[in-house]
Amino acid sequence: MNLTAEEYRVICASLGRAPNEVERHCFEVMWSEHCAYKHSREILRRLPTAGARVLQGPGENAGVVDLGEGWAVVWKMESHNHPSAVDPYHGAATGVGGIIRDVLAMGARPIALLDSLRFGPLDGVRARRLLHGVVGGIAGYGNRVGIPTVGGEVAVDPAYRENPLVNVACLGLVRSDRIARGRADPPGAVLLYAGARTGRDGIGGAAFASDALDAETEPSDRAAVQIGDPFAGKCLVEATLEALGTGHVLGLQDMGAGGLTCAAAEMSARSGRGVVINLDRVPCRESSMTSREILLSESQERMLLVAAAEHVEVLASIFRRWGLVADVVGRVTEDGRFHAQAGGASVADLPAALLTHAPSRRVVPVPPSTDGVEASRARPPLRDPARMLLRLLATPEVCSKQPIFEQYDHMVQVRTVVRPGFGAAVLRLPESPPRGLALTVDGNGRWCAVDPYGGAAASVLEAAANLACVGAEPLAVTDCLNFASPEVPEVFWTFVRAVDGIAAACRALDVPVVGGNVSFYNEGPGGPILPTPVVAMVGLIPDVRGVPPPAAEGDGLILLGPPEAALGGSLYAREAWGKHGGALFAVDFPAAARTLACVREAVRRGVIALAHDVSDGGLAVALAECCLALGSGADILLPAAERTDAALFGEGGTRIVCAVPRAHLPDVRVLALEHDVPLAVLGQLEGRLLRIRDAGETGATAIQGEGGAIVLALDQIRRAWMRLGSVI
Amino acid sequence: MIWGVVTFPGSNCDRDCVHVLRDVLAQDVREVWHEHRSLAGLDAVVLPGGFSYGDYLRAGAIAATAPVMVGVREAAHRGAVILGICNGFQILTEAGLLPGTLLPNRHFRFICRDVWVRVETTRTPFTQGLRVGDLLRMPIAHAEGRYMVPAEVRAQLENQAQVVFRYVDARGRAVPSANPNGAVGAIAGVCNAQGNVVGLMPHPERCAESLMGSTDGRRLFESVAASVLTAMAGR
Repeated sequence: MNLTAEEYRVICASLGRAPNEVERHCFEVMWSEHCAYKHSREILRRLPTAGARVLQGPGENAGVVDLGEGWAVVWKMESHNHPSAVDPYHGAATGVGGIIRDVLAMGARPIALLDSLRFGPLDGVRARRLLHGVVGGIAGYGNRVGIPTVGGEVAVDPAYRENPLVNVACLGLVRSDRIARGRADPPGAVLLYAGARTGRDGIGGAAFASDALDAETEPSDRAAVQIGDPFAGKCLVEATLEALGTGHVLGLQDMGAGGLTCAAAEMSARSGRGVVINLDRVPCRESSMTSREILLSESQERMLLVAAAEHVEVLASIFRRWGLVADVVGRVTEDGRFHAQAGGASVADLPAALLTHAPSRRVVPVPPSTDGVEASRARPPLRDPARMLLRLLATPEVCSKQPIFEQYDHMVQVRTVVRPGFGAAVLRLPESPPRGLALTVDGNGRWCAVDPYGGAAASVLEAAANLACVGAEPLAVTDCLNFASPEVPEVFWTFVRAVDGIAAACRALDVPVVGGNVSFYNEGPGGPILPTPVVAMVGLIPDVRGVPPPAAEGDGLILLGPPEAALGGSLYAREAWGKHGGALFAVDFPAAARTLACVREAVRRGVIALAHDVSDGGLAVALAECCLALGSGADILLPAAERTDAALFGEGGTRIVCAVPRAHLPDVRVLALEHDVPLAVLGQLEGRLLRIRDAGETGATAIQGEGGAIVLALDQIRRAWMRLGSVI
Repeated sequence: MIWGVVTFPGSNCDRDCVHVLRDVLAQDVREVWHEHRSLAGLDAVVLPGGFSYGDYLRAGAIAATAPVMVGVREAAHRGAVILGICNGFQILTEAGLLPGTLLPNRHFRFICRDVWVRVETTRTPFTQGLRVGDLLRMPIAHAEGRYMVPAEVRAQLENQAQVVFRYVDARGRAVPSANPNGAVGAIAGVCNAQGNVVGLMPHPERCAESLMGSTDGRRLFESVAASVLTAMAGR
């Protein structure tokens, strides 16, 4: 069992008796790491969660941020790593379904999905099978449920071979005066079960997610993976929104991890009330289900509503009209107890607050002895920079994800102004024109393997940079913190440092973290995953009608932001040396904030044709991506640097490449001066070749290609960049 | 004129169609639930995209037997304008209101992207306001869009100008690379013999506003509105 002897003792002491068999199972699930955040709760308090716009921070089903003009967004990301490792299609599909219902539970219509995926290297059969299954599951559920998947990212590393990461974010839209809450109140109100029937799938899923995957996992744990029904999910979204529209819904929560037990206990604990549930009334798929199975089933597409008795028939009839079941299964009490009955007898009778408040587990974080940085070994010089650029462009991190996002309906709901494929997605808000929202999801396990603090902070800055490139101001962050076992002090240290990094970056940018989740025990027989905090950020655009000036031959290519870059944790280090390669670049929050403000203003003023942040693969990759986006070659003179490989492929702080029409170059220079942001003119758009010349730095690291330069035809670049199509 | 947009459980473009008709084109729109049997009084009916009843059987197969299809059939017979978009097209073929069938895409994958289609006839209300050869840029989003008919039926469709839209490249040529799903004859949309029932795989409602990247889809709805008003004036 999952409970420790100490936890069991606490339960007995609190109850004044030993829990019965059913109760013990309830504790096993509710006190699992997945439900109870035993290791992370204390540390997560370090995140900034407040802000002028925050209507709901962590603690509810999802965070809510005010947009003004009567509207608010709901924002939440969750992981579905373990189920996806065992059953990639259904694991990913139910991950999508679950996050949709968390957003729905706040009373919002879900309007967009994003996904962040990690696999082993794609030359492996298993990694490709997982990628296929996961993408198929996201498409199979998201497309059918009518919510566009508008963005995402993919990264690979051998550390994810056994334990892929599937993190899905969902954005919802709600009238700011119609936000629903997961509360069971007032006493006497009834509990209405609505949606699909309860089956035997997913029993103990939360506990399963709190274990490390081992060689035995695959066949035996299939029963712990839920099976989704996107058609029922779609009907449940529409019926729930219709029910909310009556104004008679007093409380609302989805039955996700921990099933009926978790939903009812959390709703009671939030309001300080209790519940009595009659398990005989719960609609089941099979007649022979035990109390334990009914209480802990994680069957999908189920919601729990609280309503006054006189309104319940109106609500139930809405769900039935959508072909769903709806039955009263209990009522709210005053006594603060979670009480389940079956066949006229009590099967569980526990203080709700005890179920939802597992004792914290404290681990003393210990920094790894090497500090995560390999001892400096020989780092061979760069021999063929053009070939290296092509190689980086073909990595899963950089290459075109078109073969993936074309499988997602990214346009349903007719909001998608900027489609997936290049930086942040942009949605319009016809409810509040001409405003719009920008969405992005970013994480970097390589950076965090070298420096979890700097890597996590840089992920936040990268998300903000993606938003700035479309003129958006950050509104809120939701995060998924994916780590190995927190019981290992060195792993726990990386978790603590990553949380500190996210907290520091969010404070520097004044962006609240309104929710998210922690996924521990991500490891397989091959070892732990890279520490992988993933950040999803939503931002506001005042006017989505703004169209950038068209790019043209002769436009300047400039770099905004401090030019320093390092090779530690870079994609280049992995591809060239097969290791993380030394220390990470240093994050500089004030410089990043200035650069972001400058870029945002330049984009909003319409003085730049294209803005693109420098990330995986460094400046050379960013320039190649700009060439692809604009369909033009470029002539670039690299600024003088200590090492040419670092100048080309180093990754660093917040740096943005911009294509600027000649006529607007003075405007951009003025903006850069006003914001105190370094500006370097790199070259210009020209012809059909990307040519990168070295400023003439001496030594063995200078570019040694033909004529001392990278010279690549646009078609060559495109072919490398489109490589994914031949892999999946 | 009065439009109806049908909602089946699992439809997911119904709200988008209502939005475009009502908010963009200022049309009078009724939302029609799948259990309604009568569509009396409606001049034009849209069967929207989505996954009606989950499409767990063949796409559109269950919806084709829904109560509302009694009304759709009746409306088609009295000459009302019927448009099936994506899943709506699948439903119309399953209901026998349009010839042919829609098979899984050539590569068995869902595809969401912009395509070009060429207007092949102006005998339908949707294309009356356009010209043969006009090129339209519209998004597709489907897993089962490979149009298929027996050769003799196809010949008949071609001869009787029942092929309404064909997938082409940006220069209007029906080359294989421009056919996203392997449809026979690169057929993207067809009409019935009378021309008042039209089905197509691309989504005109997704490209009816300049902010969405193209307004080509709007021309189809405007064409219907104009042709219905002309017909009404003639009566």
